Amino acid sequence: MTDATVQGGAPAPRGSIHSIDARTAKRNRAEKRFRTYGKIAIGIGLFFLVVLFASIIRSGAPAFTRTVVDVPFTLTQTQYEEAEGTLFKTKAYSDFFIAALDNQLREQGVEAEFDADTIERLLGKVGSTIREYYRANENQLGEEVSFSLATSSRVDGYLTGRVTRESMTDSRFLMAADLDLVDRLVEGEIITSEFNWPFITGADSGVDNPGGAGIGASVVGSFFMMLVVLFLSLPIGVAASIYLEEFAVQNRFTDLIEVNISNLAAVPSIVFGILGLAVFIQFMHLPQSAPLVGGLVLTLMTLPTIIISTRASLKAVPPSIREAALGIGASKMQTVFHHVLPLAMPGILTGTIIGLAQALGETAPLLLIGMVGFVARGYPDGFLQGFVEPNSAMPAQIYTWAARADVAFYDKAWGGIIILLIFLMIMNIVAVVLRRRFERRW
Amino acid sequence: MMKDNIDTKVGVDAMETKFNCRDVQVYYADNHAIKDVNVDILDKTVTAFIGPSGCGKSTFLRSLNRMNDTIPICRVEGDILLDGEDINDAKVDPVQLRAKVGMVFQKPNPFPKSIYDNIAYGPRIHGLARNKAELDEIVEKSLRRGAIWDEVKDRLDAPGTGLSGGQQQRLCIARAVATEPEVLLMDEPCSALDPIATAQVEELIDELKANYSVVIVTHSMQQAARVSQKTAFFHLGNLVEYDDTNEIFTNPRDQRTESYITGRIG
Amino acid sequence: MPVFWLILIVLAIAAAGFVVGRSRALSSAEGDARKLHSLPSFYGNNVVIKAIVPAFLVMIVWLLAQPLVVASSVSGLIPESAIPDNSSRGLVMAEVRRAADGLDAAVASGGMTEDFARNARADFNDVTERLQEAGAIVTSQVTQPVLRAAQRFRVLNATGKTLMSGAVIALSILGALWGIRETKAEFRARNTVETSIRMLLIAAASIAILTTVGIVLSLVFNTVEFFRLYPASDFFFGTTWSPSFSGRGGSSELGVLPLLWGTFYISIVALLVAVPIGLFSAIYLSEYASSRVRSVAKPMLEVLAGIPTIVYGLFALLTVGPLLLSVFGPNGLGWMQAGTAVMTAGLVMGIMLIPFVSSLSDDIINAVPQSMRDGSYGLGATQSETIRQVVLPAALPGIVGAILLASSRAIGETMIVVLGAGAAAKLDLNPFEAMTTVTAKIVSQLTGDADFASPEALVAFALGMTLFVITLGLNVFALYIVRKYREQYE
Repeated sequence: MTDATVQGGAPAPRGSIHSIDARTAKRNRAEKRFRTYGKIAIGIGLFFLVVLFASIIRSGAPAFTRTVVDVPFTLTQTQYEEAEGTLFKTKAYSDFFIAALDNQLREQGVEAEFDADTIERLLGKVGSTIREYYRANENQLGEEVSFSLATSSRVDGYLTGRVTRESMTDSRFLMAADLDLVDRLVEGEIITSEFNWPFITGADSGVDNPGGAGIGASVVGSFFMMLVVLFLSLPIGVAASIYLEEFAVQNRFTDLIEVNISNLAAVPSIVFGILGLAVFIQFMHLPQSAPLVGGLVLTLMTLPTIIISTRASLKAVPPSIREAALGIGASKMQTVFHHVLPLAMPGILTGTIIGLAQALGETAPLLLIGMVGFVARGYPDGFLQGFVEPNSAMPAQIYTWAARADVAFYDKAWGGIIILLIFLMIMNIVAVVLRRRFERRW
Repeated sequence: MMKDNIDTKVGVDAMETKFNCRDVQVYYADNHAIKDVNVDILDKTVTAFIGPSGCGKSTFLRSLNRMNDTIPICRVEGDILLDGEDINDAKVDPVQLRAKVGMVFQKPNPFPKSIYDNIAYGPRIHGLARNKAELDEIVEKSLRRGAIWDEVKDRLDAPGTGLSGGQQQRLCIARAVATEPEVLLMDEPCSALDPIATAQVEELIDELKANYSVVIVTHSMQQAARVSQKTAFFHLGNLVEYDDTNEIFTNPRDQRTESYITGRIG
Repeated sequence: MPVFWLILIVLAIAAAGFVVGRSRALSSAEGDARKLHSLPSFYGNNVVIKAIVPAFLVMIVWLLAQPLVVASSVSGLIPESAIPDNSSRGLVMAEVRRAADGLDAAVASGGMTEDFARNARADFNDVTERLQEAGAIVTSQVTQPVLRAAQRFRVLNATGKTLMSGAVIALSILGALWGIRETKAEFRARNTVETSIRMLLIAAASIAILTTVGIVLSLVFNTVEFFRLYPASDFFFGTTWSPSFSGRGGSSELGVLPLLWGTFYISIVALLVAVPIGLFSAIYLSEYASSRVRSVAKPMLEVLAGIPTIVYGLFALLTVGPLLLSVFGPNGLGWMQAGTAVMTAGLVMGIMLIPFVSSLSDDIINAVPQSMRDGSYGLGATQSETIRQVVLPAALPGIVGAILLASSRAIGETMIVVLGAGAAAKLDLNPFEAMTTVTAKIVSQLTGDADFASPEALVAFALGMTLFVITLGLNVFALYIVRKYREQYE
């Protein structure tokens, strides 16, 4: 209102400053409004932050618990031989299990009707699990063993309230009638909840087994990528920064490098993915889906960030230090490596960790070099193989889950995000601590 | 004992007094920057504040239109009365106060706008013009008062930042005049200017005293002697001496004043 | 992993060279280090550099060149008649490579002996069978020329690797010997070493240039290839995007306009969210907030910038999309058909950009000199009048630069649009419609089944080129404005 060209009355005779005139009151209201806009803007920003974290935590938490059915089970030698003699071996074991479960329910005083199909929908292929166990541990025959069998993710969903009887439709995965048995099992305290370790340590599962999907293998993939990024981008970034900050003379070549660095810092990450695909995979025929290639692409992407922060740390070392070293006859190179670099190191490391954190969360370039899809074959065979064997990375794994049709994978994706954010948080905290601890004010 | 001297001057000519300051204290956090200052500033008079660097003269000047409010750690105590009204009263809106008590700063600070918009800024926010014609009139009048009209009348749309240093400072004075203040505070207005520009500004100050009470902080004793009728000498946060300019420069009563004007301290 | 072992061997040679060089320097000065021109370790390092640098350079060049040489030589083995009508030499070469990999896998798993794999007279039906048994993926029958080419391919590659190892190790030893020969008391080892290190530093700095060159070349070559198969005018002015999924071109329509429209529409929605919120936050934080509020609110807003984009993508897909759908969907206002839409992606992208706009604007507003504010307060302006009429106009160029940088971010953002915007390419005005963007299509065209030589895959490079040119232009322009602005107040 105040920037309207001309308004208001004739030059008002200036009254007492102890009484606020109408115009000033109006202006003060405008002032208050403006200030409120600012507060609202901050409020909206923080509100989004809270909503984001709330939805991550709320949706991600279920991935960390799983429900298991605990059934004490005894298989005698004769039963074992009898089962191994039948045609459908796993069916025989499944029948033993059903009998044991029935028994267990009756002991708890709960009545329930169920058949083998129900059990398979709820607990998966129980028979083969049991058979595998006894074939591997024949000495356990005759002893009482307690099987903790993970329920399917839809049963998890029913117990956590994600799936309700009203919202679900019958499918080959779960029938509404199956939920009656689940209710009985809960009544009989046979279903229990436990921390989902397999999610944290396991590898990705097939598309129809959301319950068995784990993020562990892709954490390892990310780890190998970060190793590549760290061991390439730190030395190269530091060397480039030292040259630009300490040795470079102002000329066209230096200008070219500077312009390149500032532009690369703003190039969309997907373009680096295209570069990786064309150069590393099509041209150099490096293996697809390998953490080595992912690491190379992320290195090129992170370098500008690291160079910019390293140069800032080098610049912060006062010239007096350099003069002191040069003054006692050290060469320029010795000055830099003996004095300037060690003093700048905390800042360089902080910048590097932040660059790594950025690289850890990057997804788009990884999609292009094939670190996506069902590539997790579990853990690599050895340290060196870890770099070249196909693997996934955390963000790519999360994307894969989010892109699957089965909504049960969404829980896994959110859970994966929690793990990813925990890693990022740790890295950022380390960076902040490093800065606080070693920061020097000159 | 110093106080007695000053107190005798208070209320001599109440009609002409613009500011009555009593026991003014200014603190920057724990630093006591201004101590027990008592001074009466007269209307239609140029009053000069002189003193060595860091003596508090600028700080005191800035407390006259509550510019110190913009510094969070700064605290002002004591009474500063403008036309008999306490300017630090809770009821006072500093915005209204500053419309009455304009200010010109050490470094010329034209806004990054055209010359016209620089001058029109104050009248616009205070609503002093009813229409475009009136605003044009105010702008022309202010630029004339700022003794810069002839130099810029053909390029009112040019950016104010494109003028020379002396022109910029006169533009800033014209800008301050455009809001029709009653008092004009000038914080070392010539320190960033060359001698010729300084002479132009000093001439302008001399003309302004016909309509305004002008308070000028200056480093230069010669300038104080040239432009002011009253002079106050500050030293280490104390107002050491306040009197007619002639009196201060020819017959200082305090040892410190004499040392300063003869160049032994400062 | 032979390359890894090769690196270790070179490093071992270098380590031995260091010890020898250092002790030789000392002995040439009769054990008195003071008689040496440089410190003893410099002589050692001189040997190390000469043992490592040329050897590794040759290795890198060899690794880059070998696939090209081998491919061109093998490609000559395939007669024109062996290339099917609907295929190309590139596709056949890919088949050759797969067959060669298959042979490798079969040998590794014991499905055939090395000799058998090399046997040029082997019956290719038998080979195919054995390959399938060994689990190497061979989709169709391996034809005679392909098998011959694959065998040749393996042989050439193996020979190349052996030759390379020999050359690299020999070069490393020669380099070390040269360094050791140079080692005398009066040899200026420090200067030599420092010059070499300086060269290495320059090389490291040049990687930035190499990266840009790599990006430009990989985009340009593939884009030119694409325009050879698909007319450029149809790409730039086509209003339909409907790639065929057969991977055989022909019926595909690959017009970029719907994708550009989607990109700009989503970016505009994002900026409409991010700019007001970010700018007002910056104003409040830099002009009004007490230092306590600032020290809490500023880092909290910046947390938003540190969250990976995949998280925002999931947030769009699973939280914001369903939320918008419940308000604007068929059960609400009926404007929206599915959770993925321009609005969903734009809103979430806007949230991501808030800290970007706010921290850049914050810097810029803080750079406006205090004297400007004082000048305005001195005239009796209120704080908001000062901000709106003095501070913001003064900061305007910088803020424009910040907004341009933010829009370049928005245009290049991938994960949010891949997950949140939908897949349909449309020229529509309804913000609740699903649309798609340049980045999302780059991902889908390159992660699908299409062959790299087909226009459906190559179009991704033309899209990448478009994206690169647009964002580069925005960045250069924005950086220019921001730099100009900084100079103004320095």
